[in-house]
Amino acid sequence: MRLTIATGLTLIASAAAAEPLTVYAPDYFASEWGPGPAIKAAFEAECDCEIEYVTGDLLPRLRLEGERTTADVVIGLNADDAERARQTGLFAPHGVEIEGLTMPIEWTDETFVPFNWSHTAFVYDTTRLAEAPESFQALLDAPDDLALVVQDPRTSVSGLALALWIQKVFGDEAENAWAALAPKIVTVTRGWSESYGMFTEGEADMVLSYTTSPAYHIIAEGDDTKKAAIFEEGHYVLVETAGQIAGSDQPELAQAFLDFILTEDFQSIIPEGNWSLPAKLDPAKMPEGFAQLDMPATALIYGSGDAETLRDKAVAAFEAGLGR
Amino acid sequence: MSRGPGTRLGTAAALAVLVVLLGPLLAVAWRAEGWAGLRASDWGALRFTLWQAACSSALSVLLAIPVARALARRRFAGRDAVVLLLGAPFILPVIVAVLGLVAVFGRTGPIAWIAGLAGLDPPSIYGAQGVILAHVFFNMPLATRLILQGWQAIPGERLRLAAALGFGPGDTFRLLEWPMLRATVPGVALVIFLICTTSFAVALALGGGPRATTVELAIYQAFRFDFDLGRAAALGGVQLALGGLAAFAALRLTLPSGFGAGQDRVVPRWDSSGPLLRGQDGGVIALACAFLLLPMVLVLAEGALHLTNLPAAVWTAAARSLAIALGAALLTVGLALAMAVAALRAPWVEAAGTLAVAASPLVLGTGLYLLLLPLANPIAFALPVTLLVNVVLALPFALRALIPAMRELDADYGRLSASLGLTGWVWLRRVGLPRLRRPAGFAAGLTAALAAGDLGVITLFATPEQATLPLMLYQLMGSYRMEEAKAAALLLVILSLGLFWLFERGSRDA
Repeated sequence: MRLTIATGLTLIASAAAAEPLTVYAPDYFASEWGPGPAIKAAFEAECDCEIEYVTGDLLPRLRLEGERTTADVVIGLNADDAERARQTGLFAPHGVEIEGLTMPIEWTDETFVPFNWSHTAFVYDTTRLAEAPESFQALLDAPDDLALVVQDPRTSVSGLALALWIQKVFGDEAENAWAALAPKIVTVTRGWSESYGMFTEGEADMVLSYTTSPAYHIIAEGDDTKKAAIFEEGHYVLVETAGQIAGSDQPELAQAFLDFILTEDFQSIIPEGNWSLPAKLDPAKMPEGFAQLDMPATALIYGSGDAETLRDKAVAAFEAGLGR
Repeated sequence: MSRGPGTRLGTAAALAVLVVLLGPLLAVAWRAEGWAGLRASDWGALRFTLWQAACSSALSVLLAIPVARALARRRFAGRDAVVLLLGAPFILPVIVAVLGLVAVFGRTGPIAWIAGLAGLDPPSIYGAQGVILAHVFFNMPLATRLILQGWQAIPGERLRLAAALGFGPGDTFRLLEWPMLRATVPGVALVIFLICTTSFAVALALGGGPRATTVELAIYQAFRFDFDLGRAAALGGVQLALGGLAAFAALRLTLPSGFGAGQDRVVPRWDSSGPLLRGQDGGVIALACAFLLLPMVLVLAEGALHLTNLPAAVWTAAARSLAIALGAALLTVGLALAMAVAALRAPWVEAAGTLAVAASPLVLGTGLYLLLLPLANPIAFALPVTLLVNVVLALPFALRALIPAMRELDADYGRLSASLGLTGWVWLRRVGLPRLRRPAGFAAGLTAALAAGDLGVITLFATPEQATLPLMLYQLMGSYRMEEAKAAALLLVILSLGLFWLFERGSRDA
């Protein structure tokens, strides 16, 4: 009897020691085809621990769970959502020394560590569209038979980035800009996948995606007919971040994971794992195909506070401009 | 006549369904911080939702009637395959169906090409018409199958008598087919109307913009974008209340057909052997096949080339989906049988079972998550919760197949069973199962297919180790792997149709 109890206790103790680091991540991140598995393997090789990804909508889930959350680390939070995430009060300061970032914007946030970024951009197929507009204004002025697919700002992060991009470029004229786009927008989809699928099936000339999207086609498919149209007004930047939960029962391990994010081991997985740009990686170490990408000279972004205040306005401009 | 255990179980099941529908709604409302009420734009969304659902449901049923009649009147080589394949659109993941419809009706599809040849402006698939088109594509096959069940339930003896009396097609319609339709169609139209009220991704992808905002999108926005749980619960409640009203209205319109019992003989349709009617039926079947199969072929054909390259994880996910599907099928049919027995005496049981289809999947999933949270880590329950939600969401369809059959059975054999004292298990084995085999097999097949294709709540709960096949499909698409996604979609269709076929086949041979 005593032996049974003792064995039981040992089992409990070893189970506690082996409790995995719970990382909340978006579905695409942790899937077989995202960067998650490689990052998990790289971190586990160093830490003698285990990562368990839990996927889903990060912010709604955290707000539902509140203090009860089992997350230790949250990765994949969009910078435009950072303010809302901070307001949950669930996050602890990231505690990572941030320097030498390879991002076009300054990073001062003390709660969230950036891990990758990309410009939003309209991607086109050179075999179907010989000349793409060279500015956002030119896109608005383009003939109405230029077919676009975009994502809904109410349901997708890239859609929200577009709304904020238009807000940034056109300010109070945002609603008119949407109205000028309206005849060209074939449809608005719930998420990026539906839009991109329609584009690759030939249903639209341009799709709202990222400047880094062509890299997938170049590297994985040997196809260099997909390009991002570069606008002279500049492109809105989408930054993905990670943070640690204050109530984590494994704070050291969570901190170790955050410290791991800006190391080369982690960052070198990003380009071909997430098809986006690492937050901190020597350009010489980027895969070759990325050098072929067209990149804008100007990066636009709202600070997390401004993004929070302006998002309702930006979405209202979308609803009013397209609903006319 | 009392069938004690069955009725009690059925009533309990109906109560459980109500708890599963209302509990999560209340949980979400309870968790809401403050009560903001509905916005002006929500009423617009409600109007659009009801309008498109009414159009979609009416069109689906109107188009399904001639197809079901043609299939009921004709026997031809490959008929079984046609009937089986017609079930496919209903179980197709939304994203695949949308791409298929776009391939046919989109800017570069054959319809636009034909219009171009004729010098016409190609019709646009985007806008309200696109939403309705997609809903008809999804639901007309379901309507066809359910109405076909009704046609097959007309006893052969009545058709023989009709032939002996020299009935023409008009007489057959008036005296035999119309009463059958009166008994079947309102329930079918109701279920489709309710499915269309919870539409979200279709309406968004083909609606063309914010003008086509549905209630489910407003719920999603309230939940994800604004985290306004009060508004999400209020919208979910409005949706459920409207569903309840529609359910009572439609079920009041239903009249029993009252043909009396037959001996299950399959007889030729003497009334419709003329060449004109043969041509008409052939044309109707060919058109329906073209409309329903072409979009699938255009999308899935490419997938066939990549089927063998699918990584092991996709096959494991397929096995997981298969297990959920089988579990859901057995549970659903068991519950539906009991509820169909109970519904003979208590009509509210039918309404309760039908209502599930009007529940917002997002509110349902979120509410269940909230309910589980204080008890355990909900993530550990991802697969059981997926199973539960699938059972609740499939019940309305299973009931649509079983309730009319159960009513006939009760009218035809109820008194005989009572006089022989057949109740409980003996009744089920001697009377119930033999006579309800076909609709039960159909209900099981449909549930299995639906559950295999359901994306639903798993996205709220899962860890990567619990991914189902539809979730894998979305992941592949989300990482630029379009060809493999199509292969996964093909695998999903094969799996779902395979289950459908097995259950139907099994029920016929039993």
